[in-house]
Amino acid sequence: MGNYIPHTDDEVAAMLAFLGLSSLDELFDAVPEALKLQRALELADGVGEPDVLAHMEAFGEQNRSRTDRLVCFAGGGAYDHEIPAVTRALAGRSEFVTSYTPYQPEVAQGVLQAIFEYQTMVARLAGLPVANASLYDGGSAAVEAVNLGAAASGRHTVWVSAGIHPHWRQMLATFAAGTGHRLQTIPLAGGVTAWPDVDAESGDPPGVVLVGYPNYLGCIEDLGPARDVCDRTGALLVVGTDPVAAGLLKSAGEWGADVMVGEGQVFGTALGFGGPYLGLFACAASHVRRLPGRLVGETVDVDDRRAYVTTLRAREQDIRREKATSNVCTNQTLMAVTAAIQLGWLGTSGLVEVARRCAQATRYTRDALLSLDRVVPFVDAPVLREFAVRLPVPAETVIDRMADAGFLAGIALDGEFDDGEHGLLIAVTERRTRDEIDAYATALAKAVA
Amino acid sequence: MMSEPTTVPPGGAPGGKASSAPLLGRDTEPTLFELSHAGRHSWSLRTTGIPEVPIDQLVPAGHRREKPVRLAEVSERDLVAHFTRLSHRQFSVDLGAYPLGSCTMKYNPKVCDAVAELPGLAGVHPAAPASLTQGWLGLFVELEEALCEITGMAAATLQPAAGAAGELTGLLLMRAWHEAQGQVRHKVIIPDSAHGTNPASVTLGGFEVVTVPSDERGCVNMAALAAVLDEDVAGIMLTNPNTLGLFEEDIASIAAAVHGVGGLLYYDGANLNAILGVVRPGDMGFDIVHMNLHKTFATPHGGGGPGAGPVAVSERLVPYLPGPRPARMDKGGTSPTYEWVTPPRSIGRVHTWHGNSLVLARALAYILANGGDGLKRIAEIAVLNANWIRQRLTGTYDVPFDRPCMHEVVLSARTMKHEHGVRALDVAKRLLEEGFHAPTVYFPLIVEEALMIEPTETESPQTLQALAESLERIALEANTEDSGWIAQFPHFTPVRRLDEARAARTLIPTFDARN
Repeated sequence: MGNYIPHTDDEVAAMLAFLGLSSLDELFDAVPEALKLQRALELADGVGEPDVLAHMEAFGEQNRSRTDRLVCFAGGGAYDHEIPAVTRALAGRSEFVTSYTPYQPEVAQGVLQAIFEYQTMVARLAGLPVANASLYDGGSAAVEAVNLGAAASGRHTVWVSAGIHPHWRQMLATFAAGTGHRLQTIPLAGGVTAWPDVDAESGDPPGVVLVGYPNYLGCIEDLGPARDVCDRTGALLVVGTDPVAAGLLKSAGEWGADVMVGEGQVFGTALGFGGPYLGLFACAASHVRRLPGRLVGETVDVDDRRAYVTTLRAREQDIRREKATSNVCTNQTLMAVTAAIQLGWLGTSGLVEVARRCAQATRYTRDALLSLDRVVPFVDAPVLREFAVRLPVPAETVIDRMADAGFLAGIALDGEFDDGEHGLLIAVTERRTRDEIDAYATALAKAVA
Repeated sequence: MMSEPTTVPPGGAPGGKASSAPLLGRDTEPTLFELSHAGRHSWSLRTTGIPEVPIDQLVPAGHRREKPVRLAEVSERDLVAHFTRLSHRQFSVDLGAYPLGSCTMKYNPKVCDAVAELPGLAGVHPAAPASLTQGWLGLFVELEEALCEITGMAAATLQPAAGAAGELTGLLLMRAWHEAQGQVRHKVIIPDSAHGTNPASVTLGGFEVVTVPSDERGCVNMAALAAVLDEDVAGIMLTNPNTLGLFEEDIASIAAAVHGVGGLLYYDGANLNAILGVVRPGDMGFDIVHMNLHKTFATPHGGGGPGAGPVAVSERLVPYLPGPRPARMDKGGTSPTYEWVTPPRSIGRVHTWHGNSLVLARALAYILANGGDGLKRIAEIAVLNANWIRQRLTGTYDVPFDRPCMHEVVLSARTMKHEHGVRALDVAKRLLEEGFHAPTVYFPLIVEEALMIEPTETESPQTLQALAESLERIALEANTEDSGWIAQFPHFTPVRRLDEARAARTLIPTFDARN
C-alpha cells in the first residue's frame, strides 16, 4: 500500500501520550458514536505502486482511440497538437505542480509571474487589454462571459449563435437555471449565423451576444453583423475564439468584441479525455471590475523590486461573498502556466506557422474527401482548420469502421447538431502527415461505400 | 531598535525538517518579453509532405490578421532557463511543509503523476465514442463507486472542475429537486464560518443567503437555526468538520430540523480529509456532497488548479445528476460494457466534456494505493497532527475554541495584537522566513486575527516540532522585540512584502500595460 505517512507506531504512541489519549479512536470523540461507520470502508486494501500502475494501465489498454493507436482527426474544441518535450519538462516542474493558489506572494513569484506572462499573451491574442488567470475550460469561460455581459448590460436575454459548441450551449442552459438568463439560439444559414433584425426599441433586446470564430463547424463568419446587433441594442459581444486559428485570423478585439473566450487546451495540454483544460478569458478594460476568477498585477515590494500579486481581490468570492458575480476560486493555473511555456516555445513565428500548417492540412484533406463519391460539404461557408462533410451513411457507423482502419475519423454531428444527420466534423492539425491523410481518405472511401 | 534580521536557523531535527525558503531564488527574473530577441525561435514541427498553398488562398479576404500575434521570441535554451528560474522563486509542497488551513496541502504521490502521463489515458480525445473509450468510462465508474462508498452516497457526477463548481452543481440539483416537488424555495442557510465560495455559489444558484451565527463552542447555533427554518428554505450548506476545524456534534439534530421543513443538506467536502473511513456525510444525513479531490485525494493543486469537485448525492437526487454520465450496462455474463447515459431529469452539463479526467485518474490511483484501511489512517494521522500542534501551542497563541480539533486548528494572534501590535499577518510573514509556508490567516472571518493551521498527515513529527518551535520563537519575538521589527519580515524570500494597494490602484495586468 501507499507509504505516504511518515509516522512510526512509536511516534504515534508518543504523540497520543502528549495529548493524554490512549488510542487514535479517542481523537474522534466529538463524532457521535451512532453516526460513526461501524465497519471498514468496502474498498480493496491498498496496493503497491507497481500494482497501481498496472491497474491504471489496464484502463488505458481499453481506450481503443488513444492517439498512439488511432490517428486523430477529431477536434470540436479539443485538438491533437504537438506538445514538445520542453513544454512537458517545464510544466511538469514540481514547484509549479505542487504549489497552492498564490496567497503568499513573497514565496509565490514563480507562479505569479508565469500567470502575468500568460495574461499578457492571452490579451495580445485576443486584441483586448485584460485577461484573467484562467477559468476551468472553454465552456465555463463562456458561462462566465455571459454572466459578466448580463451584469454589465443589465439585461438577461442572451443571443447564442447555433455555431457555438453544442456542449457550451448545454452548459449555458444548465447555469441559466440559477441566474435566470433567457437563452435564445440564433440559427445558422449556410454555416454562418443568421442574425435577426433588431433595434433597441424592439421588445426583448439581448444583453449579450455570443458567437464563435471560427464556429463549431469550422466556418469563418463575418462578425460585423454580430457587432451591429450589439451596437443597436447595447448588448456586449462575446466571441468564442479558436486560439490556434487566431494565429491567422483577425482578433476578437479587432472585430469589436467586449469579451473573448476560448478553449486553451491547444497550448500544450494533453487531450486527456477532456480535462483538465483551460478557459481563456479576456475583456475590455471597462469590465475589469467584473472579471471572473483571479487576476495578477505587477507592483513592487518594500525594496522597490518588481513583484507580482493577485489583485482587484475585492471582486472575489472570499471577500464579496454573496455579492460576488463569480464563485470561481481554484481555476486551472497549471494549464495557464503550460500555455505560457507553449506560447513561449512557439513565439511570434511559431503560432503563425502552426495555424498555417493546420489550414494547409485541412485544405488538403478537404479536397481529398470532397473528391470522393457521395461525400459533400456540410455547409458552404469558408473554413480554416476544421470542416464538416455530409456522408451517405451515418457518421457513427463510419467512425466505427474507420477505427478498424486505424483512425479516429472525427465527431459525428448526428444528435449533437441541428440537421446534423450524417455529418462528420473533421480537424486536421500540424501533426498530420500527407501519408496519414492519404490513407485516411482511402479508408473513408471504403467506409462510406 | 532595529536588530539585524535573524539568520536562517540551522536545519535539521532527526527525521528531517521541511524547510526551503533559503533555497528560493532572490534575483529578479525579467519577463519572457524582455528576454525576447527578434528572429529567435524554439518551435520545431514535423515534416508532413503536404503541398503548400499560398496563405491568401487559405484565409478568406477580410478575415486575415494584418500582423502576427506578438509573442516572445526566445531560444529553447533561454525558455528553459526562464521557467526554471521562475520555479526557483516558488514555494511548493515538494519543497517544504505547507500548513495552509482549509487547503489540505499534503504530499502528492509521484505515482499519480505517472498515471496522468500514461498514453492510454492522456492521449484520448474526449469526443471519441464510448465504444472506443471503454477504459475511461470504466475508470470513471470505479472512481464514482469508491467516492460513493467513502461518502455514503448513492451516485456521483465527476464533471465539476473544482470545489466551487461542485457547490454550484449541488445548488442547481437542490433547485431542480424542489421544482420537481412543485415548490419554489428561495433561501439557503449558511453558517457565518463558511467558505466564501458558499455564499457566492448560492447567489449563482438563484437563491438568497441566510447566515446563521456560530455558538460559543464554534458550532451552528441551534436556536438561531431554528429561528430561520421555514418552508422557504431550500437547504443548508455545511462543512463538517467546519472551518474552525471542529466537528458539528449536533449534525443529526440539524439534519432532522432541515429535513423537517423539507430542506436538503449540502456537505462542503473541503474538510473531508478529517473523517475518511470514520464517519460519512451520507450517514450524517447529507443529501448532496462535493469533494475536493485536490485536497483529500492528493491531486496536486498546480499553483491554483486544476482541481476536481465531484458531487455525490443520495438516492432521491440521482435522476437529477448532470449528464451524460458513465454507466455500467448489465449485458449478462460478458465483461462489463460502459455507456453514456443522461439521467431522466438531469440538470444538464456542467463541464465542456467529462470533468478534469486526468485529475480524476490521479485520485483513483491514490485511493487504490491507500485502500480502505489506508484512507482511515490518513484521517487519524491528520487529526493527530493537528491536535499535537494545538496542544503544543496552547498558551503560546490564543486558542479561541479550547476543545479537541479535527484535521486543522484555528489559533489567534489576538492577544499578541492587543498587547504588542503584532498581527496574524506578521506571524505569517515571519514564518515564511523560517522555511514554512504560512497558515491561512484572517479566516474564518469570525475569529479575530485567525491563524488556521492544517499540517496534514504527511508531515512527520519532526516537521511538526520544527514548525511549533518556529511559531514559539515568533511569539517570543512578539513579546520581546519592537512590533516594527517583526513587521519588517520577510527578508530573504524572493521578494519582500508587497505594495498591494499600488497593484490595485495602478492596475498593470499585462506587460503591455506597464507604461
